[in-house]
Amino acid sequence: MDEHLKIELGKQGIVVTTLQELYNWGRRNSIWPMQFGLACCAIEMIATTMARFDMARFGAEVFRPSPRQADLMIISGTVTKKMAPQVVRLYNQMAEPRYVIAMGACAISGGPFKQGYNVLKGIDRYIPVDVHIPGCPPRPEALLEAFMALQKKIDAQPLTGAGRPRFLDSEARGEFPIPVPGEHDLEPASNRGVWPVEIETGTKGPRD
Amino acid sequence: MLKTVEEIKAAIEAAIPGAGVEFVPNPGPAAEHSLLLRPESAVAVAKFLRDDAELAFDYLSNVTGVDWPDKEIVEKVKAMRITTKTVDGVEQQVEETVEETRKRIEPGCLEAVYHLYSVAKKHGPLVIRMRTENRTDRVTLPSLTPIWRGAEFQEREVFDLYGIVFAGHPDLRRILMWEEFKDHPMRKDFVEPDDYEYEPTAHDHVLKRAQAHPAAVVASGSQRWRDEGIR
Amino acid sequence: MSSGVQTKPEQLEGWNRPPVIAPEGEGELLEVAMGPHHPSTHGVFRMDVTLDGERVIGLKPVFGYLHRNHEKIAEQTSYLASMPYTDRLDYFCSLTNNWAYALAVEKLAGLDAPERAQYIRVILAELTRIQNHASAVGFLLQDMGASGTPLMYAFREREKILDLFEQLTGARMMCNFMRFGGCRVDATAGWLDGARKMVAGLPNFVDEFEALLSTNEILMARTQGVGVLKPDLAVNTGVSGPMLRASGVDYDLRKVDHYGIYDRFQFRVPLGEHGDIYDRYMVRVLEMRESIRILEQALKDVPAGPVMDPKAKSRGFRPKPGEAYGRIEAPKGELGFYLISDGTPNPYRYRVRPPSLINLTILEDMCLGHDVADVVLIFGSVDIVLGEVDR
Repeated sequence: MDEHLKIELGKQGIVVTTLQELYNWGRRNSIWPMQFGLACCAIEMIATTMARFDMARFGAEVFRPSPRQADLMIISGTVTKKMAPQVVRLYNQMAEPRYVIAMGACAISGGPFKQGYNVLKGIDRYIPVDVHIPGCPPRPEALLEAFMALQKKIDAQPLTGAGRPRFLDSEARGEFPIPVPGEHDLEPASNRGVWPVEIETGTKGPRD
Repeated sequence: MLKTVEEIKAAIEAAIPGAGVEFVPNPGPAAEHSLLLRPESAVAVAKFLRDDAELAFDYLSNVTGVDWPDKEIVEKVKAMRITTKTVDGVEQQVEETVEETRKRIEPGCLEAVYHLYSVAKKHGPLVIRMRTENRTDRVTLPSLTPIWRGAEFQEREVFDLYGIVFAGHPDLRRILMWEEFKDHPMRKDFVEPDDYEYEPTAHDHVLKRAQAHPAAVVASGSQRWRDEGIR
Repeated sequence: MSSGVQTKPEQLEGWNRPPVIAPEGEGELLEVAMGPHHPSTHGVFRMDVTLDGERVIGLKPVFGYLHRNHEKIAEQTSYLASMPYTDRLDYFCSLTNNWAYALAVEKLAGLDAPERAQYIRVILAELTRIQNHASAVGFLLQDMGASGTPLMYAFREREKILDLFEQLTGARMMCNFMRFGGCRVDATAGWLDGARKMVAGLPNFVDEFEALLSTNEILMARTQGVGVLKPDLAVNTGVSGPMLRASGVDYDLRKVDHYGIYDRFQFRVPLGEHGDIYDRYMVRVLEMRESIRILEQALKDVPAGPVMDPKAKSRGFRPKPGEAYGRIEAPKGELGFYLISDGTPNPYRYRVRPPSLINLTILEDMCLGHDVADVVLIFGSVDIVLGEVDR
């Protein structure tokens, strides 16, 4: 519909919209994150919800302890190999539509701890990530920026066609395989559906 | 005033005959010398240190493990050898100095280090240590958790990361790694998983390794699921 | 409210745990895994709780969900390169972690920090202590059901302190400020003025905080007599920090070890009498007040001079072979670093003595016999940070 006509009608008190716009408008303004802190970044996440940065402006202050009531998982910190199965399990328990923000260097790639034997080198080896925010830890402003990026992403989602969200696609897979702790490493070391590169499990020669 | 480590050693030997405490000097500027306990008498010595009215080490601050791997020592030894030589047509036995390169393996051990303080007397630290016989099969040390409960989680951690078995510990399980894990990661010879992405850096050897690394193709790969969308 | 069943100190020999009492009459035991994802566990901590109805009869903590291999990484890198990693141990108190590590290395290498650096260290450490205690109390109240409000007050103050940190070090949380033999940069006169102004407002904050909480009926009802820890047991289990002092043991490393320049300041060590959650809360509030006193004294006369020991060198730093154990009174308790040098640029052994982990040794004994809702409070009153528990 013509934008000018829409504005003119709006002045007359008639709101014209599409279902998609209305739908996405509702979704993007009430993203409820899961109350789920992993490490250092969680403190900045808490700081973001407090008075100074006030995440409530984005309709996202309602932190839900249960994954079943949450729309957004903020991976706020280092995911260790011991924790990764639980993170994937929590993600599986979330209802669609669900989004993931990888907050901070550790959640993206292992960050400063990437050499660690017990550190998962990026959560996107197991679950899809929508927004990555760099930083160690990212400032609260960066988390707000990630929220805005996520809102833009939601706004641009069509309800039909190839780019439609997973929950409107009957063939989409909802469950993601949960890795199992093995004798030396997690098995498998990555989910080939989201992370197409094979990673050798077990150990190779010593690093130089 | 706290006695010196030598005085404490003498006090232990006077109280527990045959304790066999050894003095381990610390050459660094901190000069925190330590006492090496024998596993057989360690619990009795620890009890004495805690209960003695003057020492009163009632507070166990820190427990940790140290790995001392087997060391191969290459040394040149001058040896006397008797060789038979023909001098002026006559066979003679001559002593000769020959330099030999000898290799010997100095057996390693695992070590548990305890730092003791006294809350009652406000002194410390006293460092005591125990050593295992080797690093493979004879790795049992007595647990000091019955004396100081503060050691409970820390000894579990040493068991997890170094593989020292503490006999008499009430609940010796892995604490940081998962139960199925097989290795002891803090040992010096632990081979770490090589599964992280290498950053392109200015160091040639890292860059070369990064290009050869399987994760190097990630840049093109991770785009794939975004393009295709995850179905 | 029933009192907790506790191991008596004389029973410690041979590990006599209080026996598990079988449920009376009908019903069976319930095993609940609290965590690793649980709103009350302050991170990724798990407690396997055995319940008889509402009553806790067993509790096993499970660690390692944030085991980031700090020690292993530190043994593969140079001494200085571990400094940023210490920020991420107890991520509320990066500056005291820096200090503990710097102190241990200074002991190992025989360095000393100059006067001005010592003053700056004390100022930063006490500011850290205030924001840690304020947040700890905020989180404790959050666990109690006061959703948000006390935490908002605490974080309002914390943000002011973080602004000071950011002005001086460039980072809000991960300050990476101290060096072996001093501090990285000097504090400007403007910064010190800002700090004085900020500290002048702090007593009001503590008054307000106390007016809200200290005599609050709900807080008193839920915390007094809950999670009691006896002094001899506390010492035997290696408990340190505010938790030890809440049990009435006078042991503050600032007074005992005389590290830094704490001898020059007048301050008292608040002690608890009952060793319950309320005492732990109260000790933290009083410690905030004492920290403000130290800050007022320290900020009055910061001497001029360099902030780095001229003997210290940042490149090619190789301490002589030897070992050292350095410890400070961090906000959570005794934070120690044990280092062994073999003369190479990397430490041969690098060990962190984490107060958070060792303070949890006694968690089970404190919780036995209480309701499951109290477990959350008892756990919250220990004040831990998982980055330090698992490292």
